[in-house]
Amino acid sequence: MQLPVLHSRFRDQIEFDGGADRKYQPLPAWFRRLPSERVAVFNMVGEHVVIPFSDFEEFIRGRLPKGNTAYQELKSHHLLLDSTGESAIDLLALKYREKHASISRFTGLHIFVVTLRCDHSCPYCQVSRVSSDRGAFDMSAETADRALDLALKSPNPNIKIEFQGGESLLNFEIIQRVVLKATAAAPALGKTIDFVIATNLSPLTDPILEFCAEHRIALSTSLDGPQDLHNSNRPRPGGDSWERAVEGIRRARERLGFDQVSALMTTTRASLSSGRDIIDAYVGFGFPSISLRWLSPFGFANRSSKKIGYPLQEFFEFYEQGLRYIFELNRNGIPFREDMAALIARRMLTPFDTGYVDLMSPAGIGTAAIAYNYDGKIYASDESRMLAENNDFTFQLGDVHTSTYREVFNSDHLRSIINKTMVEGTPMCHECAYHRVCGTDPVVHHATQGDMIGTRPTSVFCLRQLFLNDLIVRILADEPSNAKLLEDWANQ
Amino acid sequence: MIRLSGPQSFGPECASEKVLRVTTNSNLPSPLRHGTVLVTDELADIYVGFHTVLSRSDRLNLPTLASWASYLNDGDIVYVSPVKSWLQVLYRKSSPINSFLVTERCSSNCVMCSQPPKAAADDHLYSSFIESIPMIPRSAQEVGITGGEPLLNFDLFIKAIERARAYLPETALHVLTNGRLLAYLENARRIAKVQHPDLMFGIPLYSDLSDRHDFVVQARGAFDQTIRGIINMQRLGLRVEVRFVLHRLTVDRVREFARFIARNLPFVEHVAFMGLEHMGYVKMNFDALWVDPVDYVDDLDFAVQHLSRARIRTSIYNLPLCVLPKSARPFAQRSISDWKNDFLPACDTCAAKSECAGFFSWNLTCPSRGIHPLSQVEI
Repeated sequence: MQLPVLHSRFRDQIEFDGGADRKYQPLPAWFRRLPSERVAVFNMVGEHVVIPFSDFEEFIRGRLPKGNTAYQELKSHHLLLDSTGESAIDLLALKYREKHASISRFTGLHIFVVTLRCDHSCPYCQVSRVSSDRGAFDMSAETADRALDLALKSPNPNIKIEFQGGESLLNFEIIQRVVLKATAAAPALGKTIDFVIATNLSPLTDPILEFCAEHRIALSTSLDGPQDLHNSNRPRPGGDSWERAVEGIRRARERLGFDQVSALMTTTRASLSSGRDIIDAYVGFGFPSISLRWLSPFGFANRSSKKIGYPLQEFFEFYEQGLRYIFELNRNGIPFREDMAALIARRMLTPFDTGYVDLMSPAGIGTAAIAYNYDGKIYASDESRMLAENNDFTFQLGDVHTSTYREVFNSDHLRSIINKTMVEGTPMCHECAYHRVCGTDPVVHHATQGDMIGTRPTSVFCLRQLFLNDLIVRILADEPSNAKLLEDWANQ
Repeated sequence: MIRLSGPQSFGPECASEKVLRVTTNSNLPSPLRHGTVLVTDELADIYVGFHTVLSRSDRLNLPTLASWASYLNDGDIVYVSPVKSWLQVLYRKSSPINSFLVTERCSSNCVMCSQPPKAAADDHLYSSFIESIPMIPRSAQEVGITGGEPLLNFDLFIKAIERARAYLPETALHVLTNGRLLAYLENARRIAKVQHPDLMFGIPLYSDLSDRHDFVVQARGAFDQTIRGIINMQRLGLRVEVRFVLHRLTVDRVREFARFIARNLPFVEHVAFMGLEHMGYVKMNFDALWVDPVDYVDDLDFAVQHLSRARIRTSIYNLPLCVLPKSARPFAQRSISDWKNDFLPACDTCAAKSECAGFFSWNLTCPSRGIHPLSQVEI
């Protein structure tokens, strides 16, 4: 841009912008084509600009002229370095470190699978058993104590203990034991410990709520949407899963506080045609957001996939329609978010570390989250203990009864898995525009492709991420009012 | 500066220039008279112990203040030069914010500087600030340090903030600096070591692009130094406010600037967008710098909304409410000090006048096409 001329005692613009010197140095950049002859160019911390493809070609050939808008955009987004502005490197370093801050904190999420028993028989669940045999599928006191010892050895000052099942409340005695012991141990260790119980809420009693209130335990439940859909997705004797969940949410909010109860949904084939109803149900119950979650790809290898599975493309349509409906709700004055879109927007638009364990690089297995199974076996993630229920023990890292902390968290086995999960090095990720806002999942790739690294062109994980990232980039580029919503979500 | 008329009888011990506290109480107990200047209207017998006695009226046989300076009151601090027969007000107790000009030297030469730098040695300015600190009432809310570039004399700066911490532990200290010297981590460390309890640095940053910022401040490499300074301050827990002055060399990138701050410097505590003050260099660069605010307020609105979505506290200074879109008005502050604050005749019927920043007195001749009185409904 040509700037006005100042009084003669001041120096001209040309003395500050390098003047005739047209040389510039491209900084690390990744790109992806967009419709209308445009391209999204990403820098090494996941920020991007959208510029005409012709400008991009000039840019990589070193011929982009200084006054060009694209030149300024690229420079502003740390994709280009010229004669001044070397602090771009310092800022990139600062942001790169901030984005990886959770790595140095190490394992924060510790999952205790306190029982496999459950009163539900949901087709998308791989692990639960309808059984009255407490001895066979419940975590024992000794196992829980040993698991807690390991969890408290984590250097992370903020530990989160999540109780999982089966239906975790069916073994509430062990939950109480772990909560009391952990709470007693925390001050001397200088740690804060948060507790969350994943539960379908059907066994919820007043004494359980009292205990949760006293120890500030949050509840995370499953809510698949409206009554019919939820009850057909989540069968239990009496067919009243939804009624029990809804009543449980009401009572828990009353006693623990409105925000102490969260809900997750899983998309089955039956959900695909009910996007609006599902979202309306969440809005109706006063939740601030929903996560439109796909069916875990483990389902595809599973016998239920014929009944509840669906082609990826149908999920994409479901997701986009749902997201657009949520935008519409916001425009009608109802603030509500979609969590996956918010996560991606946060990664693209802010320098902050999101620390979402299922989408990290290196993967969060072991280093961000770990699962202690009911029988004491230690798994790298919640999903990897599900694999183990199908007799695949690839991601077993040890046993609480015999393994030391070092043997679990500093094992060659865990290191070799993590080495395969860094997007800078995994094939095709390393050249993908989205790698910095994405992550890897060795468990999914192992389960679906027989290889922890995986092959991207046929990877359902990769196809899903590409779809989500493409969608968010398109919305940010072409839909200003929706882009503002995404910006807002990114900062919440 | 206030000229003194009348007889130049300052007494023998008053020969040198000195920072003094003002009192109007001629019955002040004698131990408290040391280091004070008595401003009086009446003739009394005994002025013993006061450093200097000044009169508001020429009926008395004393050095006399100009009538417009009669606001001088108890607790104010003045710099008196008996030889040159003038005094300067350094601190006014009744004003919520007092700024001390500690130097007129500067490492930058911003094209819109309202107080253009001078090269001459002026350590006496720092000295009078440092001398003033113990005289400032402990109840003072905020004291500003401004220049020139206050950090150029780094040793005196450290001495000043150490003294402020010692004498004024409950007073916020606001320093206007270009931050360039803080690119040296050691300098930032020295400041952090003082552990002042309430210290804020207001740092100008005029573009997301290094060459543009360097052009505006007329110093090559300034952008990199300021950015590295801010990074060092963040590392050491020093608090930063970013200031952006709106004119023709900056406004075309105000949207990108807001995005840049949110992405790169989200830890800054405050971002202030400031309307141009028609003073100093602005007068000689007026045609090059002037943009009617109505031509940039939409971009400004985008910038403040973007930063506020990014949870960064954001303000607009020096712009009247009527030129701003309604959505930007909550960010506007009454930022102009009373002694240089004025309004136009059109403002008399405006329902928002009492909440409005108004104008710098010297901006009145060229305000904006957008000036119009707001009705109660429009507010």
